[in-house]
Amino acid sequence: MRVNGVDHPVPHDARRLLADHLRHDLKLTGTHVGCEHGVCGCCTVLLDGAPVRSCLMLAVQAEGHDVTTIEGLARDGKPLHPVQQAFHDAHGLQCGFCTPGFVMSVVGLLAQHPEPTAEEIDEGIAGNLCRCTGYASIRRAVRLAAELSR
Amino acid sequence: MTTRWFGAPVQRLEDERLLRGKGRFTDDIGEGALECCFVRSPYAHARITSIDVGAARVMPGVVAVYTAADLPFGGVDLPLLIPHPNLTQGRTQRCLASERVRYAGEAVVFVVAEDRYLAEDAAELVQVEYEPLPVVITPEAAERAEHLVHDDVPGNVAAEMLQEVGDVDAAMAKAPHRKQLRLRYERGAASPMEGRAVWARWSQSERKLTVYDSTQSPTSIRGGLAVLFGLPESNVEVIAPDVGGGFGPKIMLFYPDELLVPYAAMQLGRPVKWTEDRQEHFTAVNQERGQVHEVEVAFDDEGRVLALSDDFIHDGGAYTPYGIILPIISAAQIPGPYRLPNYRVRFRDMYTNATPTSPYRGAGRPHACFVMERTLDSIAQELKLDRVEIRRRNLIQADEFPYEVGVAWQDGNTVVYDSGNYPELLDRALAKLGPKPEGDSIGMGLAIYVEGTGVGPYEGAHVQVLVSGKVVAATGIPSQGQAHATVWAQVVADELGVDVKDVEVSSGDTRRFPWGVGTFASRGAVTAGNAMYVAARMVADKAKAIAADQLEAAPEDLELVDGRVRVKGAPDKGIPLGAVAVLSNPVRYAFGGGTEAATQFARKARPGPPLQDGEQPGLEATGYYSPPGSTWAAGCHAAYVRVDPKTFRLEILKYVVVHDCGRVINPLVLQGQIEGGVAQGIGGAFYERLAYDADGQLRNASFMEFLMPYATEIPPIEIDHIETPSPLNPLGVKGAGEAGVIPVGAVLASAIEDALHVPITEMPQSPLKLFEAFSNS
Repeated sequence: MRVNGVDHPVPHDARRLLADHLRHDLKLTGTHVGCEHGVCGCCTVLLDGAPVRSCLMLAVQAEGHDVTTIEGLARDGKPLHPVQQAFHDAHGLQCGFCTPGFVMSVVGLLAQHPEPTAEEIDEGIAGNLCRCTGYASIRRAVRLAAELSR
Repeated sequence: MTTRWFGAPVQRLEDERLLRGKGRFTDDIGEGALECCFVRSPYAHARITSIDVGAARVMPGVVAVYTAADLPFGGVDLPLLIPHPNLTQGRTQRCLASERVRYAGEAVVFVVAEDRYLAEDAAELVQVEYEPLPVVITPEAAERAEHLVHDDVPGNVAAEMLQEVGDVDAAMAKAPHRKQLRLRYERGAASPMEGRAVWARWSQSERKLTVYDSTQSPTSIRGGLAVLFGLPESNVEVIAPDVGGGFGPKIMLFYPDELLVPYAAMQLGRPVKWTEDRQEHFTAVNQERGQVHEVEVAFDDEGRVLALSDDFIHDGGAYTPYGIILPIISAAQIPGPYRLPNYRVRFRDMYTNATPTSPYRGAGRPHACFVMERTLDSIAQELKLDRVEIRRRNLIQADEFPYEVGVAWQDGNTVVYDSGNYPELLDRALAKLGPKPEGDSIGMGLAIYVEGTGVGPYEGAHVQVLVSGKVVAATGIPSQGQAHATVWAQVVADELGVDVKDVEVSSGDTRRFPWGVGTFASRGAVTAGNAMYVAARMVADKAKAIAADQLEAAPEDLELVDGRVRVKGAPDKGIPLGAVAVLSNPVRYAFGGGTEAATQFARKARPGPPLQDGEQPGLEATGYYSPPGSTWAAGCHAAYVRVDPKTFRLEILKYVVVHDCGRVINPLVLQGQIEGGVAQGIGGAFYERLAYDADGQLRNASFMEFLMPYATEIPPIEIDHIETPSPLNPLGVKGAGEAGVIPVGAVLASAIEDALHVPITEMPQSPLKLFEAFSNS
């Protein structure tokens, strides 16, 4: 599998979750695990460009696919990705635990809807739970991200 | 003067690493740690007849399996954190149960293996035999006492407390109207997105224990581990790294893992890590809010409350590690912003076979607010009075502060409101709410609340100017998302006249600041914020004293601006703060960074030794702030809702908040706290319900069925502020962390009742509950 542009062998252990493989084997700990049952969205990564839950996938299922994690959006030393920048500018995070999942979902959302309506924004982030912000600032961040991405 | 940072909407300084996926949460720390899991009781109440860990111990990959019998502290009850004379029957659990389990989720066996997968495999091999016992699951069942949670606690009553202000019986006897209400609030769950986690490493050669813990109180964890393991506190380091939300339950200590993980690390000589999964979070992490109130209220023809008597039972859960703070807070906060000349409150803290309780954002207050606001709505209905008008007639007025309520408060004092303007909160909220939208099944709700914030005993801070001119600041209380790195930097930057980005804040790391209490009770801004202020002022004074020598000016003629100490009125005459830091430390050996200026032949000569009596090296100071009493924040929330008459779906058409937490440090951060709090309140009022069955099983222990709101359920929240500074602390601040959540249940109950014309006497509500209430009415 290719992770953030680098090829990696898939793990030998067939039952290893993609989330665990990314976090503990590849040390890409920006992908978080909030529920392990596919509801909270903290573990969202892009699989061939589309958001998926890495806690609901086995690592071996990613063989031959392209995985992008939060670390792959903007390399060290490079400016933040527009979605990351928008979350900062709009105060779209507090504890930051759900944030990588939201950012990856919003990258996916904007790829589909570059100028999302209010409904499309709510639908687009309605697969991610946040307990800190009440979503208001995240909505603002998505609108800003759409502007910054233009 | 340059920029004033206090009060400015400074964007957060901690964001970038979190946005890049470079945050450091406890489970992110690996370093070859062994991993663990628990075998927990599947029964809410049972006798353990046997525990067989033989097969688990010999499984390849398993390193250790612990039962209570394997622990030197296995027979010791965990600490009762806040003893109280009325808590006559306090009980706490043990690290691992060996004879009796009293809630589903109580820890029985602890398995350590090479990785988590293997630990879970081994846990499957553990055989525990139980003899189920009758279960007491609701506070009402506890009160009936047909069965006992603890054999030696009669009536399941852990504590009872009775308080009276004025003469309730006399006032009731004379009153023209009296009314009784029964009001019920169920348990809720804080559910931070990151569960709990602990990582520990023992260095035998240094005899040093290092623990990363997603706790809200690393200083207390450090104290407890030092006592348990017989180590000096200086040999125990506890760090709360990035923590993915707290909301209360992470102030609870010690959860069993907080002792077992460090113990295993010391025994096994390798780092050990335990990370909770979501399912165990639902049963093993403390909850709160279950109470049943029997209220009697007396009032006059104008709706003025003459007397109120409340007798309530509190669902304490299986043990009382946190003492009786929650019902004490409820009892104290029922009067809220209203004059209550005669008030009697009795509570009984009841044992049930459910997860123990300790504060969850709001901590005793949402239910207290619900009781008072439902009572006022009920009086309004009886007298056919407007709900706004009855509140106006009972509100404490702006000229009545300090206002003495007279009941006991959680810090050992009695309740005295320090400042506020409640009528203005109400007026502004109504103005912001505007006219009721047209349409059917639309209701208006409102509630006003006060919140005792900023409780002691104290917090401290250390502030140091480095020779580079950069500033480091540290406090003991950790952040779980409250932007400590930004707001403390704002406070310090103002006092030292530096850019906010030049202040690096550490919070919740005992290596950087070993003393303090914790992040809870909306107290960070008041306690740590003022400690930062005190310490930074001390550093500023020291900088002026040192610079005065150099600039040949009196210290009182100096000011700290733009990273320099300069003479007032002569801005060219000054020296950089970094140079002052150099001069603060007389050196023999220059070590770079400009320190040659502080060597013996370069220093400006002055009589006496280089470091004189009372002087200390370093441009640094440690300051403490210990509040004389709580600061009382307040707010008014109001809403329009529509309840679909067929599906009973709730639609919040408009939700407004007017809030007063004294002086505002950072309006962006404050807005986030309020918006998040309201959303959590909406979740707890209408979507989330902990569905315990009669056997004490939590039937919805997952996010599939415990319906935390997504963005689709949360409306925009409109927010306004007033500022009545607290006279109790130098910054004039009050706490804000819990404010958003407190009145939401009361507001929605009022609004739903108005929309459907069915009495709402319980929280949470749901479409099904409303359908049933509506069908029965």
